Amino acid sequence: MNPLTHEEITMRPVTFIEHDGTAHEVAILEGESLMEMALGSAVPGIDGDCGGEAACGTCHIIVDSKWISTVGTRSEQEGQMLEMSPECESSSRLTCQVTACEALAGLTVRLPEFQM
Amino acid sequence: MNTLNTTDSVIEKTKVRVQNTFQATVPVDRQVKAAHLVEKAKRFVGMGRPLVFVERPIPDVADVPLTEIDVSNPFLFRQGKWHSYFKRLRDEAPVHFLADSPFGPFWSITRYADIQAVDTNPDEFSAEPDIIIGNVPLDIDMFIAMDPPKHDQQRKAVQAVVAPKNLKEMESLIRERVQEVLDNLPTDQPFDWVDRVSIEITGRMLATLLDFPYEERRKLTYWSDTISGIAEATGGSTHQDDFYEAIGDLARGFMALWHDKAARREQGEEPGFDLVTLMQTSEDTKDLIKKPLEFLGNLTLLIVGGNDTTRNSMSGGVLALNQFPDQFEKLKANPSLIPNLVSEIIRWQTPLAYMRRIATKDVHFGGQFIRKGDKVVMWYASGNRDERQFDSPDEFIIDRSNARNHMSFGFGVHRCMGNRLAEMQLRILWEELLARFDDIEVIGEPEYVQSNFVKGYEKMIVKLTPRLTEPQ
Repeated sequence: MNPLTHEEITMRPVTFIEHDGTAHEVAILEGESLMEMALGSAVPGIDGDCGGEAACGTCHIIVDSKWISTVGTRSEQEGQMLEMSPECESSSRLTCQVTACEALAGLTVRLPEFQM
Repeated sequence: MNTLNTTDSVIEKTKVRVQNTFQATVPVDRQVKAAHLVEKAKRFVGMGRPLVFVERPIPDVADVPLTEIDVSNPFLFRQGKWHSYFKRLRDEAPVHFLADSPFGPFWSITRYADIQAVDTNPDEFSAEPDIIIGNVPLDIDMFIAMDPPKHDQQRKAVQAVVAPKNLKEMESLIRERVQEVLDNLPTDQPFDWVDRVSIEITGRMLATLLDFPYEERRKLTYWSDTISGIAEATGGSTHQDDFYEAIGDLARGFMALWHDKAARREQGEEPGFDLVTLMQTSEDTKDLIKKPLEFLGNLTLLIVGGNDTTRNSMSGGVLALNQFPDQFEKLKANPSLIPNLVSEIIRWQTPLAYMRRIATKDVHFGGQFIRKGDKVVMWYASGNRDERQFDSPDEFIIDRSNARNHMSFGFGVHRCMGNRLAEMQLRILWEELLARFDDIEVIGEPEYVQSNFVKGYEKMIVKLTPRLTEPQ
């Protein structure tokens, strides 16, 4: 098995998986938030009503636990919005608070059934 | 004057102490009565006179000195002056202090970004003890006017009733009720849209969510209007005496409902998915009946919160499409725009004009110095018309790309709990309207509510034109 080259790794997109299983691959745009990337690719289920201020809780994703140390855990302000949702998990984040970078190449995240 | 103030504050303190002591033991309707007697006694000895607002023509904003601009005037919306008043504040004094008003001194925050900053900073801008400009004459406890963490506990206990999962289950029921209302509308003569459609649909939904006796649903509307219309709180036309009567009536009605439901469940009835049942079966709220002022507060919140808001958006959408007829044509040509139409209606109408906060410390904000204890009013109605956020903000554009960014639901921990219910009700209404009618013509001018808080309609006469062709 050949290890992937550096270029191949950085090219790998972020995959958003809807609650019904539909997957959407979105190319990484370094420096943008995952919310901006998802809205730019019209991923269904990411609303982003407050425009990226962690103030509405409508861009909720659940990060695979293997990835959470790379993505980082949620801040207190994010937690206040997310923990209202019955679908909140320990690795729940708001996409507007996650900045895309090379390290997130190949990341897969799940969407909740509903944004609050 | 000083003597009166001192006596007044002694009476106030006593009232609070008595309420706290007896909160757990005295039935809620008796507590309402006691609070009413205190207010009456104060009036009798010449302290505190109920506020009464008399309508006078509001001058052009250009003729008013900046420091005297008063956006708490409850006739600002009715007289159509609010656009120009808020525009001047946004442009010239976005963080504005009014030293004297019928509701005391207060700050007005009028730009979108500033409102969002205040709304997401509960540590410096507290929602306690009230969220309206004035004062509620009864110290009822509701989570909209609580800070975290107490807010979070109370809200979590009741929000399941309007959580999207529950709404999905209820969608077909909501649709049936909307269809019933629309199928009974006259098409041969004008009628009042507010009464026949907006109030009727909202009332039916609330009665369903609360499992309140269906035939008595107009009581919910009456209580909501009376409470949100308190002159001292919002500049409305409710006299103190009527307020106490309405809230006492509400308290008795829901105490009976609470006990009735508890008894029915004990006899083996399947628990429903209504609000009272949810409260009774949640660990945090199962004994809420023993904390009458909290019980009353949270019910009042849901009744008022679910009433004026959706109702006035149901009327406002029709008015907006009459003022912008090209948008009505665009909608009929492309009904898939309905979800975005709904967000644009909620932005354009902004059924609740503001929420209030209190500064918890001295704060530098927007170049101003806000002192600890000052009232800070976040004018969502202005933020939704902020040119810095929305292009041509006064225009109603059903395919506006950032309509969802409206601030009518607020931002931060207090963001509207019923937002998805509101969106669903409006979406279903417009789907069913387009299937039935080619035109909904507003006849004459609607009548506007007297309030600085509720941006709404008392009456709006319309004439329907039924659809000639079958819906595709």
